[in-house]
Amino acid sequence: MKFGIVINEGPYQHQSSDTAYHFTKAALAAGHTIVRVFYYHDGVNNGNNLATPPQDDRDIVKRWSALSKEHNLDLVVCVAAAQRRGIVDADQAKRSGKHAENLADGFRISGLGQLIETGIEADRLMVFGD
Amino acid sequence: MGAIKKFMYINRTAPYGSIYSLEGLEVALIGAAFDQDVSMAFVDDGVFQLKKGQDTSKSGMKNFSLAYSALGDYDITKLYVEKESLQARGLTVEDLMPLTYEDQDDDYQEKPSIRVVDSEQLADIIAEQDVLLNY
Repeated sequence: MKFGIVINEGPYQHQSSDTAYHFTKAALAAGHTIVRVFYYHDGVNNGNNLATPPQDDRDIVKRWSALSKEHNLDLVVCVAAAQRRGIVDADQAKRSGKHAENLADGFRISGLGQLIETGIEADRLMVFGD
Repeated sequence: MGAIKKFMYINRTAPYGSIYSLEGLEVALIGAAFDQDVSMAFVDDGVFQLKKGQDTSKSGMKNFSLAYSALGDYDITKLYVEKESLQARGLTVEDLMPLTYEDQDDDYQEKPSIRVVDSEQLADIIAEQDVLLNY
């Protein structure tokens, strides 16, 4: 089956991103396809590589990057939500004159059209978080 | 691929108290470009999104309520409002913005986009959808 994943909450505050991660991993292990992971609302914070969790805790951002690398996953951060919350890639940092970029490896920034497209292409769109 | 899917955006929150209603409007407008079968539902405090005469001038929030009247031009013509949610908040359809669309199949007659349905009818409509997104 082809799954689309939507994550609406940031890391650590809520379990949504963890649940989405475990679901994605389990789906891939069972031979299913992940069309795309779309990070929406506060979920865009899952792509912030400046996050520095305590060493004895899971590193949610790095975990997504690693999973993306291993399975060639398309991790898309909603551009409007990202701009509001200060998640920027190198290109955006340059264009908007920001002093830093913080988009983690394996993530890319794109528009809401990617969410709609995921809904069209996936057999099931799984939404994690409010 | 190629088959048209039924997308429904379910709006459950009051405007301005959170960003969800603005996001729910944005996704509907942007998603319209994909030529899917789109509808919106307004339940719980989400019915306040359609209220007439919204004035945000003293709150410093952006008043986006006028943008709902553009939905018809984007072929989003099915706005389901849950009857019980209206009643629980002392509202009737007359308290809502008179949103309309031009029916291409009926000589471009102007018709109301808002359809008040009870929770049972709405449950049936939701059960028919392929993709549901909550705001």
